[in-house]
Amino acid sequence: MMATEARVDIARDIDIVTARQHGRELAGRIGFTGSDPTLIATAISEVARNIIVYSGHGEIRLEMIAGSGREGLLVVASDDGPGIPDVDLAMRDGFSTGNSLGIGLPGARRLMDEFEILSEMGKGTTITMRKWRR
Amino acid sequence: MSVPILKQGDVLIASVQAALTDHDLLHLKDEQANKVGYFRTRGVIIDVTALDVMDSFATRTLRNLAAMTHLRGAETIIVGIQPDVAVSLVQLGLRLEGVATALDLEEGLAWLAQPREA
Repeated sequence: MMATEARVDIARDIDIVTARQHGRELAGRIGFTGSDPTLIATAISEVARNIIVYSGHGEIRLEMIAGSGREGLLVVASDDGPGIPDVDLAMRDGFSTGNSLGIGLPGARRLMDEFEILSEMGKGTTITMRKWRR
Repeated sequence: MSVPILKQGDVLIASVQAALTDHDLLHLKDEQANKVGYFRTRGVIIDVTALDVMDSFATRTLRNLAAMTHLRGAETIIVGIQPDVAVSLVQLGLRLEGVATALDLEEGLAWLAQPREA
């Protein structure tokens, strides 16, 4: 039985690499082709770095999903960090409080099909992304 | 995993062999800026053929590397960006503006060999 899910603890920069490698592997197993495994791995890299920079610790969960006759990959990035004060602002290109390009989260949204972000001050942030096989 | 840097003539070639962590990338950037002075080189090639993911951090770090070596009197060219990585960079909205790129190492060496106005 091949694994259809994975969980990666995110605490150090090497974990970003591990998370995106797991994502690429799982994407291949689900049957994503062409550029899609790379797009998925890159989106995972962005949300994993977001955890390190803004929270310091969290996790990435990857899961094969099925819905309305199609298959896809679910990525859930969660942390129990300080939370994002203004999610709309954080999703704007070029906005960053962490000395970066401010392209990570809006970029990840463009790489995936679905992107939701839930953040509560003092409690943490959960980003849920999906990509469907074409 | 650190990146081996070879010196060929007056060109430094950094050949990325495997996935790089953020720390590896920052180390590469600082090392290149130092080596340009130490070897008095005029050209730097970063070969990213083996990189299967270039995210916003990698792109920013390579752009900074190119800017730093330029200030040290050397030109940098990034070679070997994979087709899927190029697709992903464009979707991310990253175009590596201001940084020279070429298809592969051979093209990169040819570009650096061209005489150019200061």
